[in-house]
Amino acid sequence: MSIVARGLTRRFGAFTAVEDVSFEVGEGELVALLGPSGSGKSTVLRIIAGIERPDSGEVLLTGESATHAPARDRNVGFVFQHYALFRHMTVAENIAFGLVVRRRPTPEVRARVDELLRLVQLQGLERRLPSQLSGGQRQRVALARALAARPRVLLLDEPFGALDATVRAGLRNWLRRLHEEVRVTSLFVTHDQEEALAIADRIVLMNRGRVEQIGTTREVYEHPRTAFVASFLGPVNVLRGAVRRGAVCFGDGLEIPAPDLAPTAEQPVYVYVRPHEIDVVRHGRGRRVIPARVRRLRVLGPEVRVETVVAGSTQTLDVSLSRERAEALGLAEGEAVDLDLRTLRIFPDTADHYSI
Amino acid sequence: MRDPTGPARRDPALVRWGLIAVGVGYLSLFVVVPLANVVVQAFAGGLPGYWRVLARDPDTRHAVRLTLAVAAAAVAANLSFGLAAAWAIARFRFPGRAILIALIDLPFSVSPVIAGLVYVLLFGLQGYGGPWLRAHGITIVFALPGLILATIFVTFPFIARELIPVMEATGADEEIAAITLGASGWQTFRRVTLPNVKWGLLYGVILCNARAMGEFGAAYVVSGHIAGKTDTLPLRAEKLLQEYDVPGAFAVASVLASMAVLTLVAKALVEWRARRVGQRP
Repeated sequence: MSIVARGLTRRFGAFTAVEDVSFEVGEGELVALLGPSGSGKSTVLRIIAGIERPDSGEVLLTGESATHAPARDRNVGFVFQHYALFRHMTVAENIAFGLVVRRRPTPEVRARVDELLRLVQLQGLERRLPSQLSGGQRQRVALARALAARPRVLLLDEPFGALDATVRAGLRNWLRRLHEEVRVTSLFVTHDQEEALAIADRIVLMNRGRVEQIGTTREVYEHPRTAFVASFLGPVNVLRGAVRRGAVCFGDGLEIPAPDLAPTAEQPVYVYVRPHEIDVVRHGRGRRVIPARVRRLRVLGPEVRVETVVAGSTQTLDVSLSRERAEALGLAEGEAVDLDLRTLRIFPDTADHYSI
Repeated sequence: MRDPTGPARRDPALVRWGLIAVGVGYLSLFVVVPLANVVVQAFAGGLPGYWRVLARDPDTRHAVRLTLAVAAAAVAANLSFGLAAAWAIARFRFPGRAILIALIDLPFSVSPVIAGLVYVLLFGLQGYGGPWLRAHGITIVFALPGLILATIFVTFPFIARELIPVMEATGADEEIAAITLGASGWQTFRRVTLPNVKWGLLYGVILCNARAMGEFGAAYVVSGHIAGKTDTLPLRAEKLLQEYDVPGAFAVASVLASMAVLTLVAKALVEWRARRVGQRP
């Protein structure tokens, strides 16, 4: 294991920022530390880098204990959200910094800087100052600088957080390709679930200083273990109800049979249904088909968002259809349809769920 | 040139020119005329007379050397103190931080005469440490060490005060980045911290130096007025005036005034340069 975090806890006064956090990152893996702001993910990253000290717990880097090692001796590459480039140094001097302070011979430094400039596709810009670069270019310089001294692990703190949406999307695909090329063990912090799902091998999901779930992107998305994970990973419809006689009952007489999912005892629950896991049908039959009315249709690029109201209630359900499917159905606003709820996830009412 | 305020905010011509006239008149009356008078009076005896007063008088020559020495020592001391204090205040939260900030500002609010008196009281013959110092053959008051101490006291806010906002604006991120890249504390200071604050630092040094050379009150108290020994330039000018040597007094004053002008030029250059590299002075 390249990174092992074991029982990390960190308090700031009365506030517990990180509580008993444990996870492992394997050799050459790219893992996302995902969570809403204030969930403690950046603190965990800073503890691994040695910028922050844990109150308890330990950190192992490539098998050796690093809990008490000073940051400068850990040999980790750290990429900051706001780049933290040395503003008075050129691109080349920035990249060379980690080698120069280690007193490597000049020819070696020069060769390595050239190699990294090629890797991050910034040849020809080596004499620019950071202030003369775009945000995306700055972040690539920061990445090259972090990789220059061949770190044992690469840590990235919201690496694309300060960039606008298009640059972000481009840069994260590029980072994924770069990782396949360099294969350095990487751990990156993000609050953007789409970013985490798009590039990580595995995800460590954090909430309120604790780990909620660890798994591959597919596992956490398809089998969320908690209500929080289900609500944080992508848009979801939340319905409040109660379980009675193997069915979920909602306030206004609506009942959805769910014998296989529901707890046997009668209790209040939250039901989570993702918009793309609902299908719109006409005269549908099935155990989980319910009547509804289309309230609004919105075309969002390749998908159509259908806002529906469950018949005889005020409960709204968002449905996401492909454009082809929506056109084949020929939906109109105000029309009565049936909804087929293909996948339901039921969590007890006491659970912590994510809301904006 | 485009008027940045736009027509909506432009006042009538009478108001505009009236306000400009008041501003220029005020500056002329209180700054330009007195300064010009210093130059006129200094050259009342012609250039040879001016030169004779300045260069031939050994006491005046000594005063120039003494002033430079005191200013150099005070700037050097406050440079190291100012850097250390500003770094501690800008980077860390510790008990007593507010007290340290208040202490740095203290010389701004205390009369320089009191600064001088404190040292006389501490190290003078009648003072607490006087007998002990005398027994060990050390003189502080009425000598160079006293002048340096009093000047350090009066000038110590300048560099620290200038650096604190610069360091706070720069932030600690670059320093943390340097450390994660394997730099030692000294390497981080020399390669990252210092280059980031160098223009603010230079600006502080210029202000500190100007005040150190011009200080009168604190120097007056600790100097003892021994001509050719403990008279700095401002003290020398005052003494010559008391002795009715008006051309001499004004010649010395003109030297001080030209130092001030040089300081202003240097300050303007640093400000211009700092703006160009995007560093707040």
